[in-house]
Amino acid sequence: MKRYSVFAVAREAMRQHSGWGRAWSNPEPKTSYDVIIIGAGGHGLATAYYLGKNFGITNLAVIEKGWLGGGNTGRNTTIIRSNYLQDASAALYEKSRSLYENLSQDLNYNVMFSPRGVMMLAQTQHEIRGYQRTAHANSLQGVSTEFIGPSRVKELCPIMNIDGPRYPVLGALWQPRGGSARHDAVAWGYARACSDMGMDILQQTEVMGIRQKNGNVVGVDTTRGNIACKKLGMVVAGHASVVAEMAGFKLPLESVPLQALVSEPIKPCMDVVVMANTVHGYMSQSDKGEMVIGGGTDGYNAYTQRGSFHHLEETVRALIETFPMVSRLKMLRHWGGIVDVTGDRSPILSKTPLGNTFINCGWGTGGFKAIPGSGWGFAELMANGESPLTAGFGLDRFRVGRFIDESVAAGVAH
Amino acid sequence: MLVLNCPYCGLDKDETELSAGGEAHLKRFGPGSSDEDFEGYLFERTNPKGLHFERWRCAFGCGKWFHAARCTATLEVFGTYKAQTLEPPKVIKDVITTKRPGWSWRNFS
Repeated sequence: MKRYSVFAVAREAMRQHSGWGRAWSNPEPKTSYDVIIIGAGGHGLATAYYLGKNFGITNLAVIEKGWLGGGNTGRNTTIIRSNYLQDASAALYEKSRSLYENLSQDLNYNVMFSPRGVMMLAQTQHEIRGYQRTAHANSLQGVSTEFIGPSRVKELCPIMNIDGPRYPVLGALWQPRGGSARHDAVAWGYARACSDMGMDILQQTEVMGIRQKNGNVVGVDTTRGNIACKKLGMVVAGHASVVAEMAGFKLPLESVPLQALVSEPIKPCMDVVVMANTVHGYMSQSDKGEMVIGGGTDGYNAYTQRGSFHHLEETVRALIETFPMVSRLKMLRHWGGIVDVTGDRSPILSKTPLGNTFINCGWGTGGFKAIPGSGWGFAELMANGESPLTAGFGLDRFRVGRFIDESVAAGVAH
Repeated sequence: MLVLNCPYCGLDKDETELSAGGEAHLKRFGPGSSDEDFEGYLFERTNPKGLHFERWRCAFGCGKWFHAARCTATLEVFGTYKAQTLEPPKVIKDVITTKRPGWSWRNFS
């Protein structure tokens, strides 16, 4: 791999950029690997990367039905924060946020992490109490957040109307070290680093079946032939139930569309990320100047990557009161991703009923922020059979009733 | 916009007039059941990409619960039927068979 640096840019400028090689290779599948990861999204690639980096496992393939990072990794609103209420979540998301801080240097790939600060608006008395509680919990967990009043909110985000008649802004949970990053670059950076370690990334290779023997996984059937493996990781987000069915078990998941949209590019007007959970809308401004807007999920199961129009309408209608300037913006693009939602709105990083098979799913509406931490913990789980980061997120929590109940505590929007 | 016909009031209803109630024909387990059965009833879900049977409520209409057979990949609706049944009626199964030969969903086919 050629290192990217200012010298590389200068050198290539001298020879008309003829020397840039492929960022990652496009190999033919081998007949067997030590580890196969299904799904080359952010979480799958991060898992592969940390398996290689932390545990020296590089005889590994990442199998992807479509193209790299073409699912939810390329469809989210790129918010990174770790202000969760429960200890298990805060530990996992804070690990992830801290890994994001050095990710560009670590991968030698600019993921454009921008710690611009994330605020979650309190627009009801209930939310004020909820976020004050979260701020106290965060200070015990070592996550730096604070509860700020409306005047500070206005100071940080002047385009906001804090005296709305329906939902006035009463305060906010402020995490100054949260922010956003370039979603494609996260997938591309991990893929380049994985490829450099000798791992195979097999794009446009669909898994059709999971081969098992004596209760253990022995390989996968794909559209490019059968591939044997010793360990299998399923990291397929919205399609987790479909892949789990191939392996013969059911998951506590339902897949629903989640939508987002971006406006035409405008001049810089907002340098923080704002989430308004009461009205189900969140907004930030991308480096290109587009306002990036996300909303709530659809109410029923679907695998169509578009979603219902009225949900979008509700999101925009809600944001117009808090951000009056949005009403004059033209919207450029709109899309949906399929998110897999669990009963307690927390992810699953777990062993499965099938031996040597592990699953990472259930991130629901908030997986992007967790990519590095999830990869770190899931790699440890796959290599050692256990990980302190993922201990609370096992499938068995639904059996024993030990939920990580973020849906009530932290607001449903992620 | 998903449009379902409520089998009670007989009207076509937009999804904004309905509320979704999740997977249909669940067998309910309560106190005294095994942990495995109770977990399955409460949490484990059939989450297919394709044919799905669901409960819906005519929330802003007659208020009644009913069932719908629908495709989660194309949003095609195969039909709706009343709630007082433990499995899809033959007429619905026949419609699905003409459109999706060889279908199966849980124990039904």
